[in-house]
Amino acid sequence: MSGPLEELPRLLALVPYLLTRPGIAFATAAADFGITEDRLRKDLNLLWVCGLPGHYPGDLIEIDFEGDTITLSDPQGVVRPLRLSVDEALALVVALRTLAETPGLADPEPVLRALAKVEAAAGTAAAPADRVAVALEGEGTVLPVVREALARQKVLRLVYWTAGRDETTERDVDPVRLLVVEGSSYLEGWCRRAEGMRVFHLGRVQELEILDEDAAPPRDAPSRDLSQGLFQPAPGDTVVRLALEPGAAWVADFYPCDAVEELGDGRQVVTLRTSGTAWIRRLALSLGASGRVLEPAWLAQRVREDARSALAGYADR
Amino acid sequence: MVAAKKTERLLNLVICLLATRRYLTVQQIREAVPGYGSGEGAAEEEAFRRMFERDKEELRDLGIPLETGSNSGWDDEPGYRIAQRDYQLPEIALEPDEAAALGLAARLWQSAPLAGATGSALLKLRAAGIEPPEGATGLEPRIGATEPAFESCLAGVVQGQVLRFDYRTAGRPAPESRQVEPWGVVSWHGRWYLVAHDLTRQATRVFRLSRITGPVTPEGMTGAVVIPDGSDLRAMVVESAGDTPTTTARVRVRTGSCWELRRTATATAPDGAGWEVVELPYSDHRRFADRVAGYGADAVVLSPDEARLSVVRRLTALAEETATEKTGTEKVATEKTTAEETA
Repeated sequence: MSGPLEELPRLLALVPYLLTRPGIAFATAAADFGITEDRLRKDLNLLWVCGLPGHYPGDLIEIDFEGDTITLSDPQGVVRPLRLSVDEALALVVALRTLAETPGLADPEPVLRALAKVEAAAGTAAAPADRVAVALEGEGTVLPVVREALARQKVLRLVYWTAGRDETTERDVDPVRLLVVEGSSYLEGWCRRAEGMRVFHLGRVQELEILDEDAAPPRDAPSRDLSQGLFQPAPGDTVVRLALEPGAAWVADFYPCDAVEELGDGRQVVTLRTSGTAWIRRLALSLGASGRVLEPAWLAQRVREDARSALAGYADR
Repeated sequence: MVAAKKTERLLNLVICLLATRRYLTVQQIREAVPGYGSGEGAAEEEAFRRMFERDKEELRDLGIPLETGSNSGWDDEPGYRIAQRDYQLPEIALEPDEAAALGLAARLWQSAPLAGATGSALLKLRAAGIEPPEGATGLEPRIGATEPAFESCLAGVVQGQVLRFDYRTAGRPAPESRQVEPWGVVSWHGRWYLVAHDLTRQATRVFRLSRITGPVTPEGMTGAVVIPDGSDLRAMVVESAGDTPTTTARVRVRTGSCWELRRTATATAPDGAGWEVVELPYSDHRRFADRVAGYGADAVVLSPDEARLSVVRRLTALAEETATEKTGTEKVATEKTTAEETA
């Protein structure tokens, strides 16, 4: 898409950008602006016919090309970029505050210095940023160790709790990246125990240490595409249908559902896909009368058995 | 290329108004800036006026501070100019570690409209001479905002404008219309909330954005919403979730299991072979019962009674549900058939 509303801000930024970088390469400038070199050439062709009233040669924006480089010598008054808009100031200020306030995610000191400078430069445009807040689970003790292992490219030894099976295991992981998705922090890495790429919820790391061993994740190990969320259906997944009473409507908000059928009066039937059914059994147990497994039948039977054996614990006392 | 011509005209207009100290009348602007046409007829004059009105709107939408005023008390026709002081981004220089922090922060927003705003903000900062590094590898904090209502709620908050929307409340059959003064938006545990003063209920309310159905409509004047001093938005969201513990439960857990429950334990003591008793603070016995019941036979609530009974009630409903579940399935099956018949 291109139109004046998109092009004008770019051109107004391009003039001072080039002014402060005489002799910059076409490729660098195009990359910094996220446009193709062809688009940049069109932008420059437009710039140098613009200028002060009169529009004689001395009134126009002056640009010299030498080989693959650009030098802008007369900006005709467009010497500085435009002030940050409210949305722009808000995006930067809230993001920096979030980094500063999330324990372990970044060294807070340079973040706070950058924040103070951006706020000062934004002026009054930064005020509405006070009305937006982001709380992330930082995992203050675990995160700095994971960051260090990533920076030094060392293997991490985790004592990790797997929620689905409710069991704790020790795993050596070649760390690949640290993710913060949907409010929680995760480590993605090559799990030597599972011999596969795995995502570890940092809130479930009980202990961790950096081993004196260089990390070497397999080069072709696939990283997860996060654009569709952290958890994605796989072909072998079990399809589960749950009937939810109005009080359990949060389930449809909380878990990614393939389908939600409204039955009226706030009752719903949701369809979920899962690779392991242990967590669905837990979910069904915790929902009690307000959620029922409709399909598959064997899972409904397992939940019934789980409930009976759990009740036995209450009969004793 | 009509679009390129228009961009050229707007850029010349900005340069012209930045260069002038005097306010320029529309006629002076028409003569100074190419592209407005020079026809003398009434129709051409009218076309120019409309074109200039649109251009003014577009510059203001881009945040360009277009000033209106007169050069002296005798001028009856107001003119326009752009003050460099209001236009220019003030000087800003970042140390390398500050630029790195900014680079990391800039990757936080994953979705519209804040991802786009970050991109255009970075262009301006680059134009001011800052070079944000491409970022430390391997660190990817992201904040999504997939809720359809996010953009309009954020706009209402920033504009300080009353909002109207339909909201689904758990346990209510149909969404209800709400009219609110928005105070702020908060992301907590990966979900967005709107903190607002509900005008119908005359009370502060926290709305989950995913439960807003349909459009969010702004009403009335911008800047009409006044937020009381000292409002802690985040605290209001946390409080509405009822997460501040008020009671402590004693729960018998199997050794090596229930780690997530144990995480919040204030005390742990052995209780026979293979079992421990943990003390767990909580706020709401129903929600607490949800958490414990999920562990099945590995966790047994000893006290207080209300939490214990809540768990037993959940388990009993499931253990004895053979008969009721059947009717549930039948009802769903019937409704599905009906849907297929009508389709």
